[in-house]
Amino acid sequence: MNLFTEAKSIVKANIRDYGMYIALIVIMLTFTIRTDGLFISSRNISNLLDSAGYIAVLAVGMTLVIVIRHIDLSVGFVAGFLGAVAAIFMTQLGFSMWITIPVILLLGILVGCFNGFLIAQLGIPSFVATLAGMLIFRGALLNVTEDTGTIIINNDQFNAIGNGFIPSLMLVNGLHLLSLLVGVAAIILYVYSEISTRKNKMIYGFDVMSSGVFLMKLVLVSAVIAYITWILAGYNGFSWTMVIMLMVVVIYHFLTTKTVLGRNIYAVGSNPEAAHLSGINVKRITYIVFGSMGMLAALSGLLFTSRLQSATTTAGTLFELDAIAAAYVGGVSAAGGVGRVTGAIIGAVVMASLSSGMNLLGTGISYQYMIRGGVLAVAVIFDVMTRRQRA
Amino acid sequence: MSGYILEMNSITKEFPGVKALSDVNIKVEKGEIHCLIGENGAGKSTLMKVLSGVYPFGTYQGDIIFEDEVQQFNEINDSVKVGIGIIYQELALFPDLTVYENIFAGNEITKGPFVDWNETIVQATRMLKKVKLNVTPETLIKDLGIGKQQLVEIAKALSKDVKLLILDEPTAALNENDSENLLELLKELKNQGISCIMISHKLKEVISIADKATVLRDGKTICTLDAKKGEITESIIIKNMVGREIEDIYPKRLDKKVGETVLKLTDWSAYDVQLGRKVAKNVNLEVKKGEIIGIAGLMGSGRTELALSIFGNPKNYKLQGELEVHGEKKSFKHTSDAIKAGIAYVTEDRKGDGLFLIQDIKSNVSAAHMKGISKKGILNLNEEVKVGTDYKKSLNIKASSLEQVVGKLSGGNQQKVSLGKWLFTGPKILILDEPTRGIDVGAKFEIYTIMNALIKEGLSIIMISSELGEIMGMSDRVYVMAEGAIKGELAIEETTQETIMELATQ
Repeated sequence: MNLFTEAKSIVKANIRDYGMYIALIVIMLTFTIRTDGLFISSRNISNLLDSAGYIAVLAVGMTLVIVIRHIDLSVGFVAGFLGAVAAIFMTQLGFSMWITIPVILLLGILVGCFNGFLIAQLGIPSFVATLAGMLIFRGALLNVTEDTGTIIINNDQFNAIGNGFIPSLMLVNGLHLLSLLVGVAAIILYVYSEISTRKNKMIYGFDVMSSGVFLMKLVLVSAVIAYITWILAGYNGFSWTMVIMLMVVVIYHFLTTKTVLGRNIYAVGSNPEAAHLSGINVKRITYIVFGSMGMLAALSGLLFTSRLQSATTTAGTLFELDAIAAAYVGGVSAAGGVGRVTGAIIGAVVMASLSSGMNLLGTGISYQYMIRGGVLAVAVIFDVMTRRQRA
Repeated sequence: MSGYILEMNSITKEFPGVKALSDVNIKVEKGEIHCLIGENGAGKSTLMKVLSGVYPFGTYQGDIIFEDEVQQFNEINDSVKVGIGIIYQELALFPDLTVYENIFAGNEITKGPFVDWNETIVQATRMLKKVKLNVTPETLIKDLGIGKQQLVEIAKALSKDVKLLILDEPTAALNENDSENLLELLKELKNQGISCIMISHKLKEVISIADKATVLRDGKTICTLDAKKGEITESIIIKNMVGREIEDIYPKRLDKKVGETVLKLTDWSAYDVQLGRKVAKNVNLEVKKGEIIGIAGLMGSGRTELALSIFGNPKNYKLQGELEVHGEKKSFKHTSDAIKAGIAYVTEDRKGDGLFLIQDIKSNVSAAHMKGISKKGILNLNEEVKVGTDYKKSLNIKASSLEQVVGKLSGGNQQKVSLGKWLFTGPKILILDEPTRGIDVGAKFEIYTIMNALIKEGLSIIMISSELGEIMGMSDRVYVMAEGAIKGELAIEETTQETIMELATQ
C-alpha cells in the first residue's frame, strides 16, 4: 500500500473526527481570505482563543454529561453566581485569590453533586432538575449583586487570569521566548508520546501505521503546533486562559481515554443496564460526571469574571446553550456513549471563530445567529449521516 | 364457501440466518377456538405476526386466505380492516387514559372534525357489557387489575367488528379466577360466531377450551388435533410438542468430576416491589463444583429473576433467605460484589442489557473486569488489545478486527463476546441465561463445547434454558421452575422432556 492510499483510508475510517478539524481549517481559511489576513493575525487569534475559554471548559464537562445521556442547563448561572461570589470574597471579604479560587471550585463541585443527587438518587430527569437549578442560581446571582450592581474587581493578579499573558522572559526577534519554549515543549511531548505508544504497540506485536504515514502525521501535527505558537508568540504569547484551557483538555483527555473511570463513563453512556450488570456503579458515575461539571462551571465563572474584571448581574446568561452547541459541533451524540473532550474544545473554537470572523466582516448580528445555528445543524446532520453509514 | 374463516398455506418466513417458519399450515373454521401450541421459539408468535401484518406481504412466502379471499396485508391496519384482531402478551393500553378512551383509541367516533365523547361513552358501555366487565367507562386503566385490562383489550377488538380474535398467551399473567372468566368469555364469543386463535402454554386450558389445536415445532406444523376425535389430551400434545430426538448437537463430557458445594440457596425469596408480588418463592437450590445445573421452565416462570436476585440484585428486589457461596454467607449490595465473589451472569438479552453495541469487541470484553487491564485506575490499552485478541481466538469470534463494533456482529458472535466478557472476570460460578437463544446450530455447538471445557477447568454452570433439548443434553441435574417456585429437582437419568413439561405447566 502506498503512502497516499494508506493516509486516505485512515482519514476515511475516522471521518467524523477529522471532519471537524477540516471544517475548522475551512472556516479559518475562508475568513482569512475574506478579511485579507486580518483574521489569522496574532492579535485576533489570541483574542479569539481567550474569548472561547470560558465556553470551552464548560463544553468539556457538558460533553461528559451528554455522553451519559443527561444534560445540565444550570451551568450558565452557576458560573455567573460563583463568579459573583468570587468577586464578593475578594472585594468585600478581603480573601486572597489563592483562597478564593479553591473555595469557588469546591462550591462548584458541591453544586454539581447536588444535581447528581437529584438525578441519580431521586431519579428526577436531568433536564428538569437542572432547569430548576438554572432558575435558582439566576435568582441567587441577582440576589448577591442586587445592592451593589456590578462588582468591580481591583485584584490585578486575579484579573490576569482572563486578560494576562505568561511572562515572556525576553524577546527574540519580536517573539516571546517563554511562549516559544512552551510550544517547543509541547511538540517534544507530543512526538515523544506518539513514538512511545507506537513502540509499545510494536512490543506487543500489533499492527501500526507504516513509518511513512506515521512520520507524515508527526510532521503535520508538529507543524500546526509550531504555527499556532509562532502566531501567538508574535503578539503577547500564551495567555493564562489558554494555559488553563490546555490543562483542562489534557487532564480530561487523559481521564477519558486512559483511565478506568473514563471507560466506565462511556460504558454507562452506551448502555446503562449493561453497565450495571457489569458491576459498574452507575450512580457513582453520575455523581462524578455532574460533580466535574459543577467544578468546570465554577472555573468558567472565574475565567469570565476575571476577563470582565468584574461580576455583573447578567453573567452566565446562555452559557449553557453555547456549551451544549459546542459539544454537539464537537461530535457528542445525544444517544449517549459517544463524544470526545478534544472535540468539545474544537467545537468551542469553531463557534468562537465564527463569531470573531463575522464580527471582522461586519456581518449583522441577526445573520450571525442564523449562520451559527446553521453550522450547528450541519454538524449534527454530518454526524448522523456518518454514523448511519457505519452502523 | 370452504367453511374456513382462515387458511394459512405453506407460510415460510426467514430472518437473516434463521428460518423461523417453514411451510406452516393452519386452518381455522368459522366459530371455532383454535389453540396454537409449541415450545418457546417454535414460531407461534412469528406466525401470528405474519397473519396480523406486522411482517408485511412480500417478506414471507405462502398465502393467507381470510373469508375465502387471498389477503395481502401491508400493515397492521389492513388486517384490522378485514376483521382480524390481535391481543399481545404485553398489553397495548394507555395506563393514564380512561377505559372508554382506550377502547376507541385510534378508532375514534367523530362528529364532523370533533370526537363525539358522549357517543364514545355510550358505545364503550355497550362493549364493556359484552365482555362482562363491570366497571364505569371513566375508570383509568392503571386502576384496573391485569385481568380486567385484558378484558378491555378484548372490548377494544370487539369495537372494531372483529371476526377472528388472536390472543397471545392471554392467561400467562392472570390468576386462576381471571383466567376462568376469560375462557368463559371466549366460549361465549364463539357462540356469537367470533372465531379465536389462542396461543397457550397451559395445557389444561387448551384441553378445556380448544375445538382444534395445531402444534408447531422448530418452525414447522407437526399436526392439527381435533377435540371431537378425542385427540386433545395431555399426553398426545406433549408427545407432539417435544417429539424430536436429542440429536448429536450436544457434545459429550467424558470425565465428570463433581466436587464440593459452591453455591447454596436456602428458602430464598425475592419480592418485586414494582410488580407487587414475589418473583422467587422459597427456592432451595445447590450447585456443586464441576456441575451444569439446568433450570427449566416456561417464559415468565421466574428463572431470570432468580438469577438476578443472586447476582447482586440489580432490580432491588426485597430478598429473604440465605445465599451461601463457597460455604460463606453472602449478601451482595451491588453486582460488583457478586462479580468479586466469582459469580458471572450472561444475560438472556445480550442486546438489551448485555453488550455495549456501539463499542468495539475489545472494550466489551474488558468492560466487567477493568482491573485486569489497568493499574491504579490507569488503563493499559495494549494489554486490552492482547486480552481481546486472546478471547477472539479462543472463543473463535468471527470479526474483521478487534475494533469491529459489536452491534454489527451476528447473534452467535455477539453471544461469544458476551461470554468472553464474563470469562475475563475469572468466575467460579457462571450463570448462563438462555445461552443459545437466537443463534444458529453451528454457534450453539461451539458454545456447548466451551461450556464443557469450562466445567473441566472446575467451574460450575447454572444454565437457564427454555429449550428442553438443551436442558436434557447439557445438564447434570435439572430444576424445574414455575411461578417463581422450584417445582421439582430431577437427576438427569430420570429426566424426560415429558416430566419437565408436566412440572413446568403445573
